Order: sequence, then structure tokens, then C-alpha cells
Amino acid sequence: MIETNNPTNSLIGSLAADVAVQCSGVTKVFGTGETQTQALRGIDLKINPGEMTLLVGPSGCGKTTLISIIAGLLNPTLGNVSVLGKRLDQMRGGRLVQFRARNIGFVFQQYNLLPALTAAENAAIPLLIAGEYRRSAVRAAGEELESVGLSGRSQSRPNQLSGGQQQRVAIARALIHKPRILVCDEPTAALDALSGHNVMQLLSQVAIQPGRAVIIVTHDNRVFQFGQRIIQMSDGVVVQDDSVTTQSPLLAHP
Amino acid sequence: MNWVAWKMLTGDTAKYLGLVFGISFATLLMTQQVSIFMGIMSRTASQVLDVRDASLWVMDSKTRFIDEAPSIPETDLQRVRGVSGVDWAVRMYKGQVAARLASGDFRAVILFGLEDASLVGAPQEMILGQLSDLSQPDAVIIDKAGYEYMWPGEAYQLGREFELNDRRAKLVGICKASAPFTTLPVLYSRYSTVRGFVPGDRHLMNYILAEAKPGTDPEQLCQAIHSQTGLMALTKDQFFWKTIRYFLSTTGIPINFGITITLGFIVGAAITGQTFYLFTLENLRQFGALKAMGVNNYRILKMILLQATVIGFLGFGVGIGLTAAFFESTRHITHLAGLYLTPAAGIGVGVAVMVIIILAAIVASAKVLFLEPAVVFRG
Repeated sequence: MIETNNPTNSLIGSLAADVAVQCSGVTKVFGTGETQTQALRGIDLKINPGEMTLLVGPSGCGKTTLISIIAGLLNPTLGNVSVLGKRLDQMRGGRLVQFRARNIGFVFQQYNLLPALTAAENAAIPLLIAGEYRRSAVRAAGEELESVGLSGRSQSRPNQLSGGQQQRVAIARALIHKPRILVCDEPTAALDALSGHNVMQLLSQVAIQPGRAVIIVTHDNRVFQFGQRIIQMSDGVVVQDDSVTTQSPLLAHP
Repeated sequence: MNWVAWKMLTGDTAKYLGLVFGISFATLLMTQQVSIFMGIMSRTASQVLDVRDASLWVMDSKTRFIDEAPSIPETDLQRVRGVSGVDWAVRMYKGQVAARLASGDFRAVILFGLEDASLVGAPQEMILGQLSDLSQPDAVIIDKAGYEYMWPGEAYQLGREFELNDRRAKLVGICKASAPFTTLPVLYSRYSTVRGFVPGDRHLMNYILAEAKPGTDPEQLCQAIHSQTGLMALTKDQFFWKTIRYFLSTTGIPINFGITITLGFIVGAAITGQTFYLFTLENLRQFGALKAMGVNNYRILKMILLQATVIGFLGFGVGIGLTAAFFESTRHITHLAGLYLTPAAGIGVGVAVMVIIILAAIVASAKVLFLEPAVVFRG
């Protein structure tokens, strides 16, 4: 069984000051010949643990490609990516898959919950992947659902839940194995304004931990206020990188 | 993760049942047709198997199958008895004659003439009457299916009289016998009585039933009989398969059944393969999410194989059950006697279902295994 990391333990505490993600000259090219598209053009980036970073920009600017590379789902064409001190491009096959299972939590735009499973069973999936027994995994998932405000809905199936509730289940699923990187792809895009606001508030409350980096891809300017750092991309490059300790210009003119 | 695979499979009841139905249908069609085919083929040589008290059949060297043996001289019986290793040998007649019933109707019947003293080749199980009653003048015993064919709907009644070649035949018994290929009634009588029923031929005997002495190899004895008498001598097993091979090679039966069985396989594979492929395709995003979250291809493959195996086992079980129910429900129909679910058909179709399932799993898993997990980030 994979040992999960408790964000309150000393290990995480000691990692809090380290760099969670480091991109050096990351370039990604799709296709060849006339159909060739350069999605990323030499991105250099450091993301620290303990903060919520928003990757923003218009559609097609490369933010989803960048987050896919950071999450180890895509390989860069050039450059390299280190996550938690490990070079992803040097990991192959099973090691990379195992690294993702241990260290990265995912929140998807379309939730991607399994319709046949209950909320608790869906949230338990990362623990099942880690090899934990079903009963204890589902019990732990029930507790995780309580922490995201779904205490009474653990036996509900996805089609019995609203979009906001489904995204909460997805957040519980992403956090249940205590990952050190949380990657969220447009978590509010499929939600109305109020639900989106609530989801972001929830992420701020439960996801941000001293040893965990939270990276959110979004083009929803209503959620920019939740970011502690906003990285704006355009045409495959980073055009603005603000720490939102004061009034960011992005908040005023996103 | 096996549990997740199971829940994914059974979560959509309609598709789940559709998949099981596809395999059940294919299993039913293939098992039923294979069993009927095997039953019909067995029928062609069932009378060879019915003779349980002799292990060797001796006949004219040009005989191709059981219904075609020409008569051989009575002297051949002594020649066979004279071959070293033969324990005993008796004459037998098997032929086809016309029976005229009291109503004036005609029925073609298969007639066996058994050696008077030993009655070797006689039916093993009597339903009504005694085998020894064959010693009465003009006495015949008929098989159960034959009785129902000759006197449909009438109660079993001994003492009935009818004519064989204008000669009186008296029914003294009803027996159990395997259904013949032609479904004609099977009559047993003494060899001397049959002489009266089948006049005209210079020779009557067309088979010699024999037994090897203990310790003698039957196949070697057959070769010895052939080399010393010029007659064809076969073990029961050899004659059974010789007859079946004749029907397989000279009739359209195997081709017709083969077409139906192949269609059952193709339809079953198509229904199951397509439904399973679509089922996997609909779950592609979920599989992508699982891959992103850290489920490797090996586990994905195991999940898909588990789903396919569950469908295969359930579908095969239901299909075999339906086939068994079909044959059980038709067991009492006289014309379908001898047709039943054979273990060989079950095993053969089980292998075919396994092939269908493996094909369906390969087609479905190929899409998932090559799925880029980053697809989950494309809204």
C-alpha cells in the first residue's frame, strides 16, 4: 500500500519551503509539417508549495498543455519539468504512473465521476488505486466528503447530485490521498456563478496546506480573487506573473 | 480496482443485460445446433452402438455404411468362425421392408434378423413383452418410437398384426432403441422368421457379429479376418465412425449445420463485440481519468478482461441453461429422440465463447490502452 502524506506532519512542513514545480524551457509542439502547432514556447516557471496558483489566459494559450505536462500526463518536446524535486522526463512508464498516484490530485472540468459509483465510492478511488481495502477506503471517503460539506450525500450517485455537489465529490476524491500537488482544470467552468464561488471557497479552505501546491487552470475571472498567485499566459508564453498580496491588475482587468 | 470494474459493468443495467444476452444468444444458437448436428450424426450409426453384445462387425468388403451392406453367403459365417482368435460369430440381417397395417397404410420399416438361438444384437431394454416371445411364429418386437409412428396416439398393445411382404407379422414386444437416422420403425425378429419376411434374395445374411477371444486384440483380429476371408471386419467403434464419415462426406448436413453454427458465432461475436466496444467507448473519459489518477495500463487491461470474463461466464451459463431447457422440453417428442445437449457441444461452444470474449476485450481495450490520459483535460 502506498503511504499517503499527511500535510500536518513534519515531512510536509520541511518541504514547505522547497519548490513544488519547476519548469525550465518547456516547449511543446503538436503535429508535424503544415499541421504543426507550438503550444508552449520555452516556459520557465517555479511554483511554491502552500499557495494557490492560477494559470489564466484565453483559450488556446497553452495553459491546459502546461498543466498536463506538470501533472505528468504529457511529455514536453523540449525542456524539463521537476515536480517535488523529481525530473518527470526521466521517469518512465510505471514509475511516472505511481508518482502521479502518490503525489498528484486531479479536479477535472467535467468532474469525471464514475456514474455507477456512489459519491463515497468515487471519492475512495485514489485509495483503491493505492491498494487500500474497499471498506476502509470508502469509510475514509465518507469522512472526506464531510470535510467538503457533503456529509449527507455519500450514498448518492453522481446523477443525483447537482454540478456543484459533483465538483465537491471530485475535490474530495482529489484530496483523499493527501497529494502534494493538486491540479484543477477549469473547476468552475461547468458551474453557475454561486456554485463556482463556493467551489473556489472550498478549495481555498481545504486544499491549501503548507506542503501542497494548488494549481488551477481557469479563464473564469470571477475566481481570480482566490488565487495567491496569478500567472497569465498568451500564445504559449507567460506574459504576466503576479503574487496577489496586494490588488493585482488582473483582478481589476482580467 | 476489480470492484470498480464490476460496478462500471453492472452500473448500466440495460447495457449489461444486452452484453449478457449477446453471449447467451450465441451460446444457445451454437450449442443447440452443434448438439442437434451431433445427435443426427449419431443417429446415422446409432444401430451400431445398440448392438452391445458383440464387438466386431463383419460384412462385404465394399460396404460403405450400415444401411448399405449387400448380402454375403452363409458359408462366410463358417469361414469367420474358423479364424484364429474368434470366440464366436453369428449371422444377422439388417434391411428395409414395407409394412402394411390393418388400416391399409404402408410404412417402411428397418428389420433386424437375429440369430435364433442367441438373439445377439437384440434390444437391451424391453418396455412391454419379453425378448423370449420372439420364439413365437411370425413374432416381431418394435421400438417405442416406431410403435408411435405406426400407430400414432394409440395405447401400447401387444398382439397387433400387420403384414411384411404379404406375410403376417405379430407384435410381441415393445423395446427401447436408439432413434435411426431416417426415424423409421425398427423391428427385431428371429433370423429364421425374417427369411419369410424377405424372400427372393439368394443370400439373406449381410452381417456377421463376432467376438474376439479374451486377450485377442480386436483390431488385429479384424485384420486377420479380412486377410483370411476377404470380408471387411471392423470393431464397433470403427464401424460407427465409418458410417458417420460416409454421411459427413456425402450429404449436405455438415455444410448446412456448419453455416448455422458459423452464423451463430459471427452474430454472437458481432453483438457482443460491438456492444462491449461501445460500452468501453462510453466509459473512455472515466478510463482516462483513472489513468490520470494513477491506474496503469496493466490494471486497466485487467479491469476490461474481468468485465469481459464476467459477461462471458454469465452469458455462457444462461445460454447453456436455455439449451438444456430446450432439450429437456423436447425430450418426450418422439421425432426428436436422441437429440440432447452433449458435453462435447458445451465444451466446444465454451471455447468459441472464450474466443468471442477475447476478441471483444482486445478490440475494446486497444482504444483504452492507447488513450492519452491528458484527454481528461480537454473539456
